[in-house]
Amino acid sequence: MFSLLGSSGCGKTTFLRILAGFEKPSSGKIFIDGVDITGIPVFKRPVNMMFQSYAIFPHLNVFDNIAFGLKQDKLAKSLINDKVREITGLVNLSGLEHRFPGQLSGGQKQRVALARCLVKQPKLLLLDEPMAALDKSLRELTQFELVNIQERIGVTFVMVTHDQGEAMTMSSRMAVMEEGKIRQIGTPHDIYEFPNSKYVAEFIGKVNFFEGIVLEHQLDQVLIESSEIGCVCNATHAGTVPVGTRVIYAVRPEKIMISTLRPAYPRNWVKGTIKEIAYLGNISTYYVRIASGKTVIATLPNLLRLDDRNFQWEDEVYLFWRAENSMVLAT
Amino acid sequence: MSLEELPGIPKILKTIKGSMLYKSMKNMKFFLALLPLAWLFLFFIIPVMVILKISFANAVFGIPPFSEIFKWSANNIIEITLNIQNYITIMSDSYYAHAFVNSVTLSFITTVTCAAFGFVMAYGIRCTREGLRTPLLLLVSLSFWTSFLIRVYSWINMLSAHGIVNNFLIKIGLIDEPIHFIGNYCMVCIGLIFCYLPLMIFPIYSALDKVDRSCIESAWNLGCSISRTFWTLIVPISINGLKTGCLMVGTASLAEFVIPELLGGAGSVTFGRILWTEFFNNLDWPMTCALSIAMISVFVIPLFLCKDREIEGE
Repeated sequence: MFSLLGSSGCGKTTFLRILAGFEKPSSGKIFIDGVDITGIPVFKRPVNMMFQSYAIFPHLNVFDNIAFGLKQDKLAKSLINDKVREITGLVNLSGLEHRFPGQLSGGQKQRVALARCLVKQPKLLLLDEPMAALDKSLRELTQFELVNIQERIGVTFVMVTHDQGEAMTMSSRMAVMEEGKIRQIGTPHDIYEFPNSKYVAEFIGKVNFFEGIVLEHQLDQVLIESSEIGCVCNATHAGTVPVGTRVIYAVRPEKIMISTLRPAYPRNWVKGTIKEIAYLGNISTYYVRIASGKTVIATLPNLLRLDDRNFQWEDEVYLFWRAENSMVLAT
Repeated sequence: MSLEELPGIPKILKTIKGSMLYKSMKNMKFFLALLPLAWLFLFFIIPVMVILKISFANAVFGIPPFSEIFKWSANNIIEITLNIQNYITIMSDSYYAHAFVNSVTLSFITTVTCAAFGFVMAYGIRCTREGLRTPLLLLVSLSFWTSFLIRVYSWINMLSAHGIVNNFLIKIGLIDEPIHFIGNYCMVCIGLIFCYLPLMIFPIYSALDKVDRSCIESAWNLGCSISRTFWTLIVPISINGLKTGCLMVGTASLAEFVIPELLGGAGSVTFGRILWTEFFNNLDWPMTCALSIAMISVFVIPLFLCKDREIEGE
């Protein structure tokens, strides 16, 4: 399962449509299993696409919708019946074969659209915002269902989404796109923990940015001086950025710890005042104003049920984090 | 188009049948259904009943020009005199059968040709870019903005012995004698197709409009070539528009009077013209009514049965 993630209008769907053959690439070639399919027309590609609107044929019932693609291949009727029966079982549509699209719920329509593609046994299955038309509770259920189906049949799924939670839940690998270009490809973990640019770090999850200058390289880490933080910070996994370069030093809110006691270690902490607290149930988000005037976001899990809140508004606190939990990004 | 073919009427009739009546009376459904029903009753059922009654009367001189079929006699007996001579005449006289066949043939040719042209035109309009569709549809409806009579008459102006076309052909020396375009069934057909084509284009277009772009694309994606997509997807989805169009054109052209009268010449005998002759020239109201009833029973009743079966099939 591969996801394309990006803000709307960044070219995700266009890319999908190029893969399917609805659009022609202005340059470049498309290979599937080493075979160039760039010139192959849409109806001959071993690629199937599930549309955002599902695009179920309104004049055909569930069975005929699913069998549509097989009939185009001129398969024997008994073979079509077998394949359709198998796939309806797989996507949990058994018993609904004679319903018409008007009599189906959103989730059922989605499964018809999926079955219609899967039954063709494509080399690549494209999904354009597969969950967009479903309500929230159904969406979470369907996410795992889709992954399960994918694992059972082993077809590569390429999914387009703008929902980062969805992309991270479902994909084994994902790509973040910006203005038609892929910014980073990797596992959800790679992308979240090791973003290669400010854009990616900001797009996936929340993050605190500080301006800084590289001071010194030490063994496996770099020292960065940040006037915004007011102290020297260190970071691992920073690569080989030349000394003196302006960089962005970034820490994710959940990686920041809060204490009323001043940390003993001289680096990686900053003093500030709590300005806002957002209680979200499972976590609380603290907005802390630091000396340079910047607001730093930190989240803490609410581990205890009883309300013995350690921190209150206007409390003076120390924010600190571990060197390996910080990121160094190009400006 | 007759009233009973209005969308929804058969469905409403079915809804209020039987036990549904009580249920729907509880909410507003019943009253909503009542309005079209009352309208249908007042302006369709009653007139047909009147026509049916007159069709069994004798033609007489006077006002009204037919005899009364119900008569009170002294001993509280209602005498009903049914004259079925008109129906016998219609059945036995080949003149009527001939006119009937002519009308049906003309209507059939018109409907089929309109369906073919109409589909192509509607599809063509649908395929143009979005901004162009409305102006094109307006152009189609433009012909409706002029009087029907004038539209038909303009054909005469163009194609008569001293019309534009003949004058032009004589002038350039292609012909010496004017060609007689007017006054045959072919010309009637052309007139009918010309006048009723918009009635075909609009329902087909509105049906085609519902064919989702992504539906077409997903058909291609599932291995359906572009030409096959047309037959397996676009035509079946828009078939209801085609049906409606055929119904409208078929019904309108079947009873058409003006076009055969103006373009067909004396030789072309159609049902509409016979009705006119019987009513205005012969002042035979009962015969006219009997012809109308015959027409209704031959065309409308089967249509009704067809529609009902379709609804039950759903």
